[in-house]
Amino acid sequence: MTIEINNLHKKFGKNKVLKGVDLSIDQGRIYAILGPNGSGKTTLIKSILGMVIPEKGNISVLNSPIKKDWKYRKKIDYLPQIANFPPNIKVKELIRMIKDLRNSPSEEASLISLFGIQTFLDKKLSTLSGGTKQKVNIVLTFMFDSPLIILDEPTTGLDPKALICLKGLIQNEKAKGKTILITSHIMQFVEEMADEILYLLEGEIYFKGTVGILMEQTGQHDFEHAIAALTSTENHA
Amino acid sequence: MVCQGTWAKTWTICPTCEHSSIKQTIQEANAHDTLLIQKGTYREFEILVDKPLVIKGINYPIVDGEKKGEIFRITSDSVTLDGLFIINVGVSYTKDNAAIRVVQSKNFSIQNMVLEQLFFGIYLEKSSHGKVYHNRIIGDAVDEYNSGNGIQLWYSSDVEVRKNHVQGTRDGIYLEFSDRITITDNVSMDNLRYGLHFMFSNNDIYTNNTFENNGAGVAVMFSKFITMKNNTFRKNWGTAAYGMLLKEINDAEISDNTFEENTIGINIEGSNRIKYINNDFVGNGWAIRVVGACYTNSFKGNNFLYNSFDISYNSKLNDNVFEGNFWSSYTGYDLDKDGVGDVPYRPVKLFSYVVNRTPETIVLLRSLFMDIIDFSERVSPVFTPDNLKDAQPLMKIRP
Amino acid sequence: MLKILKYSFYDLIRSRWSYVYFLFYLTLGFVLLFLNNDVSKAVITMMNVIIVLIPLIGTIFGVMYYYNSREFTELLLAQPVKRSSIFLGQFFGVAGSLTLSLILGLGIPFLLYGLMRSNAIFDFSLLLVTGAFLTFIFVGLSFLIAISNENKIKGFGYAVLLWLFLAVIYDGLFLMSLIVFEEYPLDTFSLIATALNPIDLSRILILLKLDISALLGYTGAIFKKFFGTQLGFVVSMAILLFWTIWPVLGLRYKANRKDF
Repeated sequence: MTIEINNLHKKFGKNKVLKGVDLSIDQGRIYAILGPNGSGKTTLIKSILGMVIPEKGNISVLNSPIKKDWKYRKKIDYLPQIANFPPNIKVKELIRMIKDLRNSPSEEASLISLFGIQTFLDKKLSTLSGGTKQKVNIVLTFMFDSPLIILDEPTTGLDPKALICLKGLIQNEKAKGKTILITSHIMQFVEEMADEILYLLEGEIYFKGTVGILMEQTGQHDFEHAIAALTSTENHA
Repeated sequence: MVCQGTWAKTWTICPTCEHSSIKQTIQEANAHDTLLIQKGTYREFEILVDKPLVIKGINYPIVDGEKKGEIFRITSDSVTLDGLFIINVGVSYTKDNAAIRVVQSKNFSIQNMVLEQLFFGIYLEKSSHGKVYHNRIIGDAVDEYNSGNGIQLWYSSDVEVRKNHVQGTRDGIYLEFSDRITITDNVSMDNLRYGLHFMFSNNDIYTNNTFENNGAGVAVMFSKFITMKNNTFRKNWGTAAYGMLLKEINDAEISDNTFEENTIGINIEGSNRIKYINNDFVGNGWAIRVVGACYTNSFKGNNFLYNSFDISYNSKLNDNVFEGNFWSSYTGYDLDKDGVGDVPYRPVKLFSYVVNRTPETIVLLRSLFMDIIDFSERVSPVFTPDNLKDAQPLMKIRP
Repeated sequence: MLKILKYSFYDLIRSRWSYVYFLFYLTLGFVLLFLNNDVSKAVITMMNVIIVLIPLIGTIFGVMYYYNSREFTELLLAQPVKRSSIFLGQFFGVAGSLTLSLILGLGIPFLLYGLMRSNAIFDFSLLLVTGAFLTFIFVGLSFLIAISNENKIKGFGYAVLLWLFLAVIYDGLFLMSLIVFEEYPLDTFSLIATALNPIDLSRILILLKLDISALLGYTGAIFKKFFGTQLGFVVSMAILLFWTIWPVLGLRYKANRKDF
């Protein structure tokens, strides 16, 4: 078990975002975390990363509880949703800095050429376009070799070529036996990549299962409609 | 004239001569004789000069009192003391032993003397019409209670004190009940108490003196008609120090003096009808501090430069006139270009008013809050006397 | 933490504002020394500037840096780095670079002027020490305010208000209470009230070392009697240290509990 979550609660002010999430994530699979806006996807991911501190509940990553721990993050590669980088430093320096902070072996060279960002290495981050920033973001995430990868909206701003590269990368990592969590609004991407769907609704896990089971349960033929149906069945009930 | 010349005799005194004692030679000498004292050391004290004589040292012979008591005592008129080096006056707690004491005499002249290791230096007692000229008095006073004054005048009058240098005594120059004294071109410094001190003395003039680094520069108390001109008061710095202290002084004139880097330039207490004209107040803590009732004083043509406080006042009442002074912190303008600022200057800061009321508030000195408050008070006075202002502040410094 | 400190520090010393700050002090130092030629007077003027400006600049710089580096912070939070290290590293980076600007900016002109040969060296080093303390104190306080307020405008407002309180309002209240209670002995009260506010404490510490302390008169003598002793010096340093440490502890406490 890569991640084990029990009875996770979190509220911001009066707004209860997570209301008792129970979840277990197995090794070597790709999970897509879906749900409408404000359903708690990002909060869940940030809880796993320790950026959000839950009121109640336990999270274990790789069989050890994460409370008051920070070293476990060494085993997670995280791609944040919006690439907010310090504006004053150069791409090269950012890569060197993250390497320095993590202090683990990395292979950024191949990734840099894969996404074709060699020419941007000496530019300041504030001068980059959204798509280029996202590419840098992806390089920073995939250059380490960690057993758990969390991708928050990885496709944002990518051109088709880069998207293909990204998919290849994800498959590649999966083949190495890594566990991958993805959130995305691009259903096609999810359908293509995910082994299993986690559907969050109003702070709870509303559905967990493979794409096949989802189709079966909702009686829909295409994935996008199946997801939409998940919400509407709830409304019927 | 010729007759007198033949009668007057000159005596030569030296340690190896026939006459080796000053005291004895004076006894043998006749009135109007001259005693020449050659270089050497003479261990004598209580030397009584009771007839008119000229006693003159050649190459500064040393008269060593060996701390046994008073050294010269002059009781006759027309005595001249010249060019002696007197040391070791006896310190006493019951008698004011002096290096030279002049008692009830006239027409004396004490000049070119050097006095060291003394208690009192030159003490004039009920004497008049003499002069104290070009002496050097160097004390090493540490405590007030066992030190004496450099030059003291007691019930004396019409004396000229000129070109003396007094340092390291209790009061450099002290006048008590002494009238018509002229004090000129002296330097009085590093004294424990005052550089110059007047008590109950009237019609005196002091000009061109320098008072530096004394406990307090000059104290003028309970006296009338004193003229103070062209003096320099410098670096009288300490928690209770000032350049000049005026206490119960009436009808004086203070002009063309320089007050520089004193904690308080002039501290005025109960003094009336005084003219302050053309003085320079530079870099003092308080340039002028008025304590107690002072009436009909006028301040004209003075330069107030970079003082922490220009004027401090402890009442809301003002009967004094400020006119045509230059204030370095004046920020007004002169549209008609007549050299006089168009808006009046208010020299009393609110802070100095507050400090007068509650002395502890001084701890807020140089805080941002006080600067802001001072500024607003200057714009629209609420607490400080409304008529305390210089309606004709100069735009340029008076040269 | 040292790595974060290093990056914050590099980030800052390359930013324009550090240069502006550094050049400001450099100019101030040169102007005061070479136009006026009197070290002790220069120290007084510099004290006035330092007492007002350092807290203000520390506050504004601290708040601005915190809010501007939120992205960087979020990037770091996902990395295997201890939470408190991130914030403490940034805090020390900001406070350190400001202090460096101060010390170099004032130090260079003074060194060139020949401070070493002058006996104002002690006054000067005291100036720098209190300046450094004030920088750390106010950067710390502003970080604490910023981390407690997600809203930039609010955080900025509170921080400036805090500066205003300690630099101005506090003295106003102090003055009023001195006047209201003027019938009572006030020495101990004013001693304590001064010591409690780091700005007032720094001001008095420097003032007492200067000739101008003679203006403080009787009250000043009491202050001198206290601050002039070894104990007084230790106590005042301890108070400044306390003011430096508690915002940092608060920052650590908040950092460990905050959601991002």
